[in-house]
Amino acid sequence: MSNPAISVRGLSKRYRLGEISRHTLADELTYLCHKFRRRNVAEHMGKVAFTGVSPALNQGHGNQDFWALRDVSFDVQPGEIIGIVGGNGAGKSTLLKILSRITEPSEGEAFITGRVGSLLEVGTGFHPELTGRENIFMNGTIMGMRIADIRRRFDEIVAFSEIEQFLDTPVKRYSSGMYVRLAFAVAAHLDPEVLIVDEVLAVGDAAFQKKCLGKMGDVVRQGRTILFVSHNMAAVENLCTHALWLEHGRVRMLGETSEIVEHYLGSSQITQQADSIRNRKDRQGTGRARIVDFYVTDEAGKRQNVLRPGNRYHFTLECELSANSLSLQNVVASVALTDLRNETVWLAHSKFTHEYQTLMPGVNRMTCTVNDFSVAEGVYNATLSLGQGEVETLDLITNAAEINIEGGNFFGTGSKGSPTLCKTLTRATWSLTT
Amino acid sequence: MQITHIKAGQPWWIINWRELLDNRDLFWLTVQRDLTAIYKQSVLGPLWFVLQPVLTTVVFTVVFGNFAKTSTDGLPPFLFYMSGLVLWNYFQGVLNGVASSLVSNAGILRKVYFPRLLPPLTSVVTYLGHFLINFIVFMGFFFYFYFKGSAIHPSWWILLMPGLVLHCACVGLGAGLWLSAMTIKYRDVSFALPFLTQLWMYASPVILPASAVSAKWKWVIAVNPMAGVIELNRFAFLGSGSPDRTILMVSFLVGIGLLISGLFVFNRAQRTFVDTI
Repeated sequence: MSNPAISVRGLSKRYRLGEISRHTLADELTYLCHKFRRRNVAEHMGKVAFTGVSPALNQGHGNQDFWALRDVSFDVQPGEIIGIVGGNGAGKSTLLKILSRITEPSEGEAFITGRVGSLLEVGTGFHPELTGRENIFMNGTIMGMRIADIRRRFDEIVAFSEIEQFLDTPVKRYSSGMYVRLAFAVAAHLDPEVLIVDEVLAVGDAAFQKKCLGKMGDVVRQGRTILFVSHNMAAVENLCTHALWLEHGRVRMLGETSEIVEHYLGSSQITQQADSIRNRKDRQGTGRARIVDFYVTDEAGKRQNVLRPGNRYHFTLECELSANSLSLQNVVASVALTDLRNETVWLAHSKFTHEYQTLMPGVNRMTCTVNDFSVAEGVYNATLSLGQGEVETLDLITNAAEINIEGGNFFGTGSKGSPTLCKTLTRATWSLTT
Repeated sequence: MQITHIKAGQPWWIINWRELLDNRDLFWLTVQRDLTAIYKQSVLGPLWFVLQPVLTTVVFTVVFGNFAKTSTDGLPPFLFYMSGLVLWNYFQGVLNGVASSLVSNAGILRKVYFPRLLPPLTSVVTYLGHFLINFIVFMGFFFYFYFKGSAIHPSWWILLMPGLVLHCACVGLGAGLWLSAMTIKYRDVSFALPFLTQLWMYASPVILPASAVSAKWKWVIAVNPMAGVIELNRFAFLGSGSPDRTILMVSFLVGIGLLISGLFVFNRAQRTFVDTI
């Protein structure tokens, strides 16, 4: 193991911001005309255009450089699986795009030893009019396979995709699940020495996801090098030997997966807490009614930040309906608790118990009472939602508040259960017959 | 072991031909796909390949030959128009295919890397398929008129035909590469393209023979790299018009110049085009 499989040296990618828009020939001519007459171009055109960047950056004026990646250096040894983690806009996708040669870096260089396969999307180049069979060949060659290789592994690919009987149907008639299965089947048989994978496992049903992760595990055992971007911390922890944490385009940490994931998850808690619920912008849903506050109270009506398993609690959502609107009927609400790996461990939903409420204009309080709180010790996030009937999501806030759970005496024995093993607590009685 | 070197600021004059060769499987599959997928789910299917040139010729014959009564150098109008269209259609197909290749493949090119020169080259070969069918249809009508005893006089210049087709490919590819590089920056180009091709057609002896062009406008025929070859093709098969050696030489030089400059411009533009598209 002499040479690293991937060697990245001082890689940077700059996007120009605040540049005067010259997207059309007419713009260009006006620009040249103003320039020729030595006027202040910015003043006369005043159009500032750039896309894909947060509005915070957008407010600056004049020419400005935005560094999606800044001076990133790291090495990956053959056989290592590196998970790349980081928040939105940390530069993860840009890094993958540069390493898979989709775009060129602005500075720096990288060396990759061995055949590179990149999987930034499943089903790239699928043509809707072509049959599954034809698309296997099309998609395979787009990703760099030779026709002979595909022919040799054709049966394996088909078996993996589980769509044998639709092989000669145009893919436009496929369900989205079938489409993804076929696409991933091709990708899984790519056989590169270095594999670059973006968050493509987010598609497909759970069973198929599991199969894909398993297949990636096989690839790992064959000693291939993998670069893997994911928001699924469980997948990163399961698959990756090492992790690279990017923040604002720079390397924040590089090391053993468990260490990086722990630090990364720790830091993300702080940022999520910063905003009050009323001011949160990251909402989904139609917004006809909004969640403006959320709190948990104990039996005495006192607000609690730390919950104890076994106690009785009231979870209250304050919902606001604009004063000049009509009342809303059939409203359901839910509170879900997710652990640090973003897996939901607890969910209370009023539609489960057929409790449909009517919201009146102004502020309404919807309270959910839990008699015997049964989630194990740890740090959780509450995701809140408000819906109407079965179809409409009125408001949904992911990770609206942090919930700490500790202490308590759920079992009456002082045991806390095994929080690392299982997040829910169950009282059970045991008996023995011989 | 193969080593990929990724580096900022790769020079525009270095084109990786080796990489193109390595992707020949993708190349042929794409050609095959473009030829077969195009008329799927249409009733007439591949018959459209034959119908399109014939119908265009019929329209030209009726409109220009019968109503406007423009000159056809004394040739049967149907053959006159078809002999021009057979080369023109190939050129126009390549030009439009190449010009739109980056933008229309943007979805794929944003997600996976393969030599960006591949889609333009695919267009050149795909339309060669269309051309061959056009040409066979033309030959059918050619023999029909020939044995009917029409006043057409084929000559040994016919042997130059493959060279003329190659020239059309060069001009179409060269101009198309320029346009596709420009389309990345200015979307205007893709809107202007239909008008550009139409204008270019009127500046080429497809509808009017070169002999009908007044002396004042002769220079258009001279600088237009498509004019000389269409005129020569007509002369070779039908025996009308007079191919001018100087004009032909200028045409070839312009064609080669367009191709080489187009390759470099495109190569420079493709490196970071996904950032702006």
